Amino acid sequence: MQIDIDVLRATDLSVHYPGRIALDSVSLSIKKSSVVAVLGANGSGKSTFVKACLGLAPIYSGQVEIFGQEFSKFKDHNRIGYVPQRLHDVMGIPATVAEVVESGRLSHGWLRQLGQLDKEKISHAIEVVGLKDRRNDSVNSLSGGQYQRTLIARALASEPDLLFLDEPTAGVDLATQIIFADALKHLVDGGTTVVLVSHELGPLRPLIDRAIMFREGRVDFDGSPEAEALDQHVFHDHPHSSQGRAQEWSL
Amino acid sequence: MSSFVIFGFLEPAFMQRALLAALLVGLCAPLVGIFLVQRRLSLMGDGLGHIALTGVALGFLLQTNPILTAVIIASIGAIVVELIRFYGKTSGDLALAVLFYGGIAGGVMLIGLSSKKSNVNLLSYLFGSLTTVSKFDIAIILVLAAVILTLTLALKRPLFALCHDPEFAQVSGIPVRALSMILAVMTAVTVTISMRVVGLLLVSALMIIPVASAQQLSSSFSGTRIKASTIGATGALSGVILSFYFDLAPGALIVLLVIAFFLVSIGVSSLSRRRKLSTQVS
Repeated sequence: MQIDIDVLRATDLSVHYPGRIALDSVSLSIKKSSVVAVLGANGSGKSTFVKACLGLAPIYSGQVEIFGQEFSKFKDHNRIGYVPQRLHDVMGIPATVAEVVESGRLSHGWLRQLGQLDKEKISHAIEVVGLKDRRNDSVNSLSGGQYQRTLIARALASEPDLLFLDEPTAGVDLATQIIFADALKHLVDGGTTVVLVSHELGPLRPLIDRAIMFREGRVDFDGSPEAEALDQHVFHDHPHSSQGRAQEWSL
Repeated sequence: MSSFVIFGFLEPAFMQRALLAALLVGLCAPLVGIFLVQRRLSLMGDGLGHIALTGVALGFLLQTNPILTAVIIASIGAIVVELIRFYGKTSGDLALAVLFYGGIAGGVMLIGLSSKKSNVNLLSYLFGSLTTVSKFDIAIILVLAAVILTLTLALKRPLFALCHDPEFAQVSGIPVRALSMILAVMTAVTVTISMRVVGLLLVSALMIIPVASAQQLSSSFSGTRIKASTIGATGALSGVILSFYFDLAPGALIVLLVIAFFLVSIGVSSLSRRRKLSTQVS
């Protein structure tokens, strides 16, 4: 058994949308138990990369392997978690925090009824994100940050080994960001690998092991989040970039 | 034996059948409708009702029970609609319109072919005709309603996940395409069994409006489900009973009662919201 297996490996991965190449032949691999930040401006390909890894974007060429298995053959859905990018959009039908978080257990078998263990995991996940007293409230009555925490709890409830988060802290209050950073630390200590799409790291920065910067569908930087090179990419104008683009970045 | 007896409406056999059909349809329609509302496909039932009309006409033409042919044609229509939603790009919306209006035009054409006197029949399917529900109709409605009730109960969590967040559902390993297909076919079946009660043109109302009322009065999905189903069943039963005494069209009455309840529920929810606000202020 190889212990140091890549949990995620993308090889020459390209995603084409009509009239636009969103991801252009990206190859990278991610090791177990690391926290990887995927950075970049809007349209840089960072979200597309995560979606392609999850089978949510149309792959034009290349392949994705998860836990050493080709994606289409991968069936251990409970090992992958996903927190989608979401503005707080109020949905029509009310649903409680607990009902939304319950969906997280479906990755362990979508046709079975929930048992005692499921209920414990659901309660635990709700507690971790600090929504215990809002458990039976409608998500429609929550603030944007609380709603985001509900979606994070939903992902935590399935106890994934590899967790993808798409802009989890965008537009979210500082309290939520801190709770989120704690929850993330808890997960990583338990051996979960985290891939985090973001354009601002805030309180999450100390947790990040590696930063991958996307620009125009390609990897533009890949290294330590403390690297000066990243700061240069972030704060200063890049020789290849068009003027003024650097102002969009913030870390 | 007089109609002054409180349960006088239960005496005629056609009323017993009408009430049973109304009860089943009133319970089922919102249970399917809640997922359509959540998925923002509220008018799906309406469209499939158009397609079901071709099925009804085919039943007349082949001289078999129109409910059976309508179930088959509407289900095929539902599958085509789902396929268009998956594979269609910019023209998906247009393709749906073509399908829906094709359904109604096809129905009218086929009825013209079958016999001259069936215009009356056509109206009874467009607007419902509870008092002519036969024993065989009831048997079909009973079996299909049992299937719908079982499926919506057994699949409530995956269906909720699918309608709440399809991408998350897919990542969780839920077969989203197959499940969407099942939901579409369940919609088609519900439309068909409801057509004798409220009529194809009003079917969607019974699927959607009880849900719209219940969501004003609930904070949970399961609460909304139970309330919507209760409102649907109560509306359907009281519509049938009132129409018996006042000699009104039951389908239209059921829909008007459900709409009245919707208006009341909006009033109640805005009152309680205002009260909550004022207690927070004071």
